[in-house]
Amino acid sequence: MNTYTPKSAGSPGPTEETLDIRDLGFWIYLMTDAIIFSLLFATYVVMFQNTATGPVPSDVFDLEHVFAETMFLLLSSVTFGFASLASIREQKGHAICWLLVTIVFGLGFIYLEVAEFIGMIQSGAGPQTSGFLSAFFTLVGTHGAHVSLGMVGITVMIFQILIKGLTSPVKSRLHRLGMFWHFLDIVWIGIFSIVYMPGWLI
Amino acid sequence: MLGRLGFDALPFYSAIAFGGASITVLGGLVVLLLVTYFGKWRYFWEEWLTSLDHKRIGIMYIALALVMLVRGFVDALMMRSQQAIALNSNGYLAPEHFDQVFSSHGTIMIFFMAMPFLTGLINIVVPQQIGARDVAFPFMNSISLWLTAAGAALVMVSLVIGKFSTAGWTGYPPYSGAEYSPGVGVDYWIWALLVSGVGSTMTGINFIVTILKCRAPKMRLMQMPLFTWTTLCTSILMAFAFPALTVVAAMLGLDRILGFHFFTNDAGGNMMNYANLLWIWGHPEVYILILPAFGIYSEVTATFSQKRLFGYASLVYATAAITILSFSVWLHHFFTMGSSPNVNAVFGIATMIIAVPTGVKIFDWVFTMYKGRIIFHPAMLFTIGFLVTFVLGGVSGVLLALPPADYLMHNSTFLVAHFHNVLIPGALFGYFAGFQYWFPKATGFTLNKAWGVRSFWFWIIGFYLAFMPLYALGFLGMSRRMERYDVAEWQPYLIVAAVGALSVLIGIFCQGMQLYVSIRDRNKNIDVTGDPYNGRTLEWQTSSPPAEYNFAKIPDVQEIDAFWDMKQRGVAYAPASDYEDIHLPRNTGVGVILGGLGFLIGFAVTWYIWWLVVLCVLGVAACLITRASQDNTFEIIPAAEIEAHEKARSKALEEHKPAPGDFWT
Repeated sequence: MNTYTPKSAGSPGPTEETLDIRDLGFWIYLMTDAIIFSLLFATYVVMFQNTATGPVPSDVFDLEHVFAETMFLLLSSVTFGFASLASIREQKGHAICWLLVTIVFGLGFIYLEVAEFIGMIQSGAGPQTSGFLSAFFTLVGTHGAHVSLGMVGITVMIFQILIKGLTSPVKSRLHRLGMFWHFLDIVWIGIFSIVYMPGWLI
Repeated sequence: MLGRLGFDALPFYSAIAFGGASITVLGGLVVLLLVTYFGKWRYFWEEWLTSLDHKRIGIMYIALALVMLVRGFVDALMMRSQQAIALNSNGYLAPEHFDQVFSSHGTIMIFFMAMPFLTGLINIVVPQQIGARDVAFPFMNSISLWLTAAGAALVMVSLVIGKFSTAGWTGYPPYSGAEYSPGVGVDYWIWALLVSGVGSTMTGINFIVTILKCRAPKMRLMQMPLFTWTTLCTSILMAFAFPALTVVAAMLGLDRILGFHFFTNDAGGNMMNYANLLWIWGHPEVYILILPAFGIYSEVTATFSQKRLFGYASLVYATAAITILSFSVWLHHFFTMGSSPNVNAVFGIATMIIAVPTGVKIFDWVFTMYKGRIIFHPAMLFTIGFLVTFVLGGVSGVLLALPPADYLMHNSTFLVAHFHNVLIPGALFGYFAGFQYWFPKATGFTLNKAWGVRSFWFWIIGFYLAFMPLYALGFLGMSRRMERYDVAEWQPYLIVAAVGALSVLIGIFCQGMQLYVSIRDRNKNIDVTGDPYNGRTLEWQTSSPPAEYNFAKIPDVQEIDAFWDMKQRGVAYAPASDYEDIHLPRNTGVGVILGGLGFLIGFAVTWYIWWLVVLCVLGVAACLITRASQDNTFEIIPAAEIEAHEKARSKALEEHKPAPGDFWT
């Protein structure tokens, strides 16, 4: 009978297999989130003509403003991609720098979105005005809340890289956060194409 | 400071409401005092509340389900007795109280009885059936449990502080909107659903990944036991249907609290969108409830007919077909809403098509029994009761699937009879069968059979007495949810229905006695082998109750009915010597804390206590960030310990006196 001798102090970390399992779980989580967004999109499409006495989409959408938001968010996805590449190459400093740049772009996006929301509410186009605006604020606001949570996640990851270094659990978390961040890009492309573009054209 | 919470929220306005509140509070106090008296707080915290062991989580789910079954059944008794006496009279329940009773009955039975019951059975059994040592995400499993418990606690608290919703378990607007339901009831309902719904979504994700990724390496998909198959399909439905419930409940909450216009009468609201969104979740939900029960019937029928399951592949494909079709029929819940005839026809036909795979299953079970040597264990009785009774419910469902017929029967007691006829014999009897069947696996001793048989007969007779009259009453024109009526010819039927409810009450009493007697005599009924029924699937290979790690060696699967096959080949208990260390998740209290915070968030939003909401959300963030930064969440069970444990088990197996029918005689 052999007695157990721990290979390292403390309890063991997750194996590569567990990390692989977590990736699949995260993909399925993203699918559930995609269902939330798809139902919000469907609701928006059902309700965007329910403007009651309030403004219609073309009154409240400013496509130049939205273009700037879009650029910020798409660029933030590119810079997150650079961070992921740096983490694969074990370049700790580069990874942190690119994550910081990602946060800056994310903050720019959120700033513009909040400015847009405040402007609309001040001009009497708040979510309580009509079914159209309720659906608009809920859809776009849910996306904005996701982006904000993603930035909290990026901040946590920056600290984890600083403190723990690019260990395999940290890299695996960064990988999943990247999936989340790029997913939000795809949702935004949907918002741009289904909410803002037709609203501006109509 | 306390939002709209004041002393007037306490139930001093009605003797019955006060009685309900007192029983709830006293019940809670008695539990707390008993635990304190026996000095078991540390034991409960360390061994149960913080446990990430899927078997213990499963047992806690089922304990929650049984408590909520009693609560939901009290609601049912109140409704049946009220309707039995309310001919030209107000009965004993005020209209508003009666409305709360039917709303909480439906909410509790679906979300806090059926969901925890099936999730508990899945938790106990599925990892063992696939030869796994754990679920894919044990910590998330604990969060799911405690969020479900938090939702149940919100419903229970509404008995004591404030009132529950009067808008029915589906909460249709505009009635459930702020204009017509300004109180806290609908908010309690929304937050009970939101909090527990997140838990169910996570359960779905967890078991999809568990089944796809954690099976014994040699087990192919088409070798999985049927219960595992139905769990996979149910988990897919949970993950992809529950987000719809989250969306629709959140929208209703936004309407009520922030004055949005999703479902209001004015300002461009669209309440028909509510019906669509709710049933996009709601129809898959009925299959979430029933598919695991179908899996249980499959296991029970094969075991107690002592035969291999007839038509394994057809049962798998039927389950998969039901899973897909269940997303294509939601509109049949509101044919009368005014969709065009073509739309109604499409959904009506889709609904009827679902009866085909379900019929396939019925024949498979019957053919499994054909020429089998059937053992009438209580689990088998519930299965046979299901086979006979469920067909009636299914046929009445096909009847309702015809839009013109549905126009006549919509919202009548015919509908009430139909869905109880599919959910009680279909889903609940399945959970009872699973409870009887797997009880020794979870606890290590078998259940008393006599009380099990008694409870079956009282349940099934009570079911027929309670719901067959409702079919007739539907044709006589009685609407559902009436707290009084003036048609004298209805009353005899309603009295019969009330007698049926009393019979079910005796059935539940028998189940309580069965538990009591079995626990009292547990030393006489110990399940030494871990295989009390000469079982076929892998969960019977482990000891009863299983070791924390389930399997010391991952089983070598070569066939459907892997364990049966191993017994035939004489390798089921082959001794091993080369045991290895096993990694298992360390217990953590974060799941309980998150459940508590979820409860507080729901409670605080219901009562507009905004500072508490902010605090709790920060608490949730702190918990999640801390947990997401921990790398070492595992502990190691050393090989020596495993070897000692397994040797002790081999010894017990050898000393066990074989009974006739045991596989080694």
